Amino acid sequence: MSDLLVEPLARLLAAEAGPGVLAGIGRGDWPAGLWRQVQALGLPLALVAEEAGGAGLSWAEVVALWQELGRHGAPVPLGEAMLAQALLAAAGLPAPEGMLALGQCAAAWGRMASHLLRWENGRLALHAAGGWEAGANAAGEPRDDLTPAALLAEGPLPEAWAGEAPELALALLRAAQLTGAAEAALALAVDWANTRHQFGRPIGRFQAVQHMLAQLAAEVALAQAAVAGAAQAADARGLAGAAFEIACAKVMAGEAGREAAARSHQVLGAIGMTAEHGLHHLTRRLLAWREEGGSERLWAARIGRAALERGGARLWADLTARDVT
Amino acid sequence: MRFPPVALPAGAEALRAEVRAFLAEAGAHWGPEVAARSWMGFDRDFSRAVGARGWIGMVWPRAYGGHERSALERAIVIEEMLAAGAPVAAHWIGDRQSGPLLLRLGTEAQKRRLLPGIARGEIAFCIGLSEPDAGSDLAALRTRAERVPGGWRLNGRKIWTSFAHLSDWMIALVRTSPAPEGGPRHAGLSQFLIDLRLSGIGIRPIADLLGEEGFNEVTFDNVLLPEDALLGAEGQGWAQATAELAFERSGPDRILSSFPALALAMDSLARVPGAEAPVGRLIARLATLRRMSFAVAAMLERGQAPAQEAALIKEAGNAFEQALPEAIRDLLEPEAMPPPLRRLMTDLSLLAPSFSLRGGTREILRGIIARELGLR
Repeated sequence: MSDLLVEPLARLLAAEAGPGVLAGIGRGDWPAGLWRQVQALGLPLALVAEEAGGAGLSWAEVVALWQELGRHGAPVPLGEAMLAQALLAAAGLPAPEGMLALGQCAAAWGRMASHLLRWENGRLALHAAGGWEAGANAAGEPRDDLTPAALLAEGPLPEAWAGEAPELALALLRAAQLTGAAEAALALAVDWANTRHQFGRPIGRFQAVQHMLAQLAAEVALAQAAVAGAAQAADARGLAGAAFEIACAKVMAGEAGREAAARSHQVLGAIGMTAEHGLHHLTRRLLAWREEGGSERLWAARIGRAALERGGARLWADLTARDVT
Repeated sequence: MRFPPVALPAGAEALRAEVRAFLAEAGAHWGPEVAARSWMGFDRDFSRAVGARGWIGMVWPRAYGGHERSALERAIVIEEMLAAGAPVAAHWIGDRQSGPLLLRLGTEAQKRRLLPGIARGEIAFCIGLSEPDAGSDLAALRTRAERVPGGWRLNGRKIWTSFAHLSDWMIALVRTSPAPEGGPRHAGLSQFLIDLRLSGIGIRPIADLLGEEGFNEVTFDNVLLPEDALLGAEGQGWAQATAELAFERSGPDRILSSFPALALAMDSLARVPGAEAPVGRLIARLATLRRMSFAVAAMLERGQAPAQEAALIKEAGNAFEQALPEAIRDLLEPEAMPPPLRRLMTDLSLLAPSFSLRGGTREILRGIIARELGLR
């Protein structure tokens, strides 16, 4: 199922989401055409069950889409839209026409939303969107604060989406996007190393460059494995049951993002800094997405705190008890 | 995707419990110096006990003393051993490399003679690769075997051979014909099974960073090897030796060497303000490396040869193993550590430089990864 969606999404983003579009986003230019096509593919309903008109994808399938999105700098808030639709469907609330913001504070492209979702104490509320105050993350992606207007519908969230499940899903989304963006930065660096000549040969022939990128490849592979593992755990045990794995995924993806930015720029030199180059936009997003959905520091502290409370004698048994069998 | 998630086989939990119960008893007297050495700890009695439980040669056919279990079950057993810091060296090389190599390439007679003894934990193997002038550039090796009536005559020397002085057999890579003029240097190499009791073999232990005799110089002075000492095909030694590297480079032994220090340090770390995030980073990385290692075990089980994936794991795993004791040092003042932790940390820190050398240096692995990336 997911391959049927990853492929068209990849094609669409390759055609429609270059550095020009990403630069426009920093100026607040909404990529309306791209969003229409994303909607036409039915992608916002990826997480909604098939019987409710969605694609009914697993977390493992969805993170593949999110990674693809990240590879292209996520020019549209598709991940947030998937989560908003999943929440609505889970609470059995009607899906409104128009764009739906996920949350009230720092909502991705909140300015475009006609509606917004709030959740608290296991209940979900659908509001009409009132006013908005413009904000942006470190990449200049719009993150607006919204004022909720009329309450249109409200209902309890099922167990699977209760508690911190929405926050965990957001962390997994950013981890997957980071991983995709880190993959893309690595690919740009490899490509550049093979084409840029200095001292009469491609710089990729220099062992110093090869080794720097080999280390990055290892970090990217760790992030991929951590994200896939988190999705596997979420499919097996639900979001709350996968909190440890999602925390690991955000830490590993953040660390891969850090290395991707540092190492790819070291290879590309000055050209990678310019707004005309794709790496410029990836780097800004790598930084922003490390911060959003909880930083590495935040999730690592949570993992560490829990393990330190349990003590050294239980560390190994706790780790292996989480394996999916 | 390179490391697809794996679901562990049913019964994984029960197997773990069984191994843990065994280790709790067998390891009741192990001090921190044992845990620090991990798979560099050589204890024949322990290896025989492990063999008696059926935990060596787990994936091999029963006909050769194996137990026909899955690669994932084997991975579970060995990671339990390493997490506990068990002294597994006496059976480690045989179980991990020499046995699988024999199984794949050995003659029926070779397999019947050696595999059951390895599986019982009674026959210890070492690997003869490095030579004084051939380290990372292994194809430069000069030890030679010449055909003589009834067998082969072996001359030359191997160095840095771990546990040669305690082992029964060596599998050595040697030259059997000169490299073709202008041709590939790794042509003309062959692998031999060498009984270390043969006359003409000299073994001289060399003190390592811990001041212990872990590795050796092994000299071959007109050693007469029988006809059936040749392992696999003459001239195919390079391909044979490199094919086993995926087995050697992707296992828990490239991830867990320092784990006992983290487990032992946790209770001290719990009293250190600000320890949560650095400890959490270590655990996140460890949990992820385990996933990748299990993914490779599953690939091996499917008969794939994930050499690139193994190189990635070894690169990241060795870096983790080396970073772990340093992360603990950043949080705990060495002189204030409880004595067992201090001892473990000291030994571990002196072993740590070897982590990115043994089994292929970091630099060689990065070259392999770079080629896979398409850097040329």
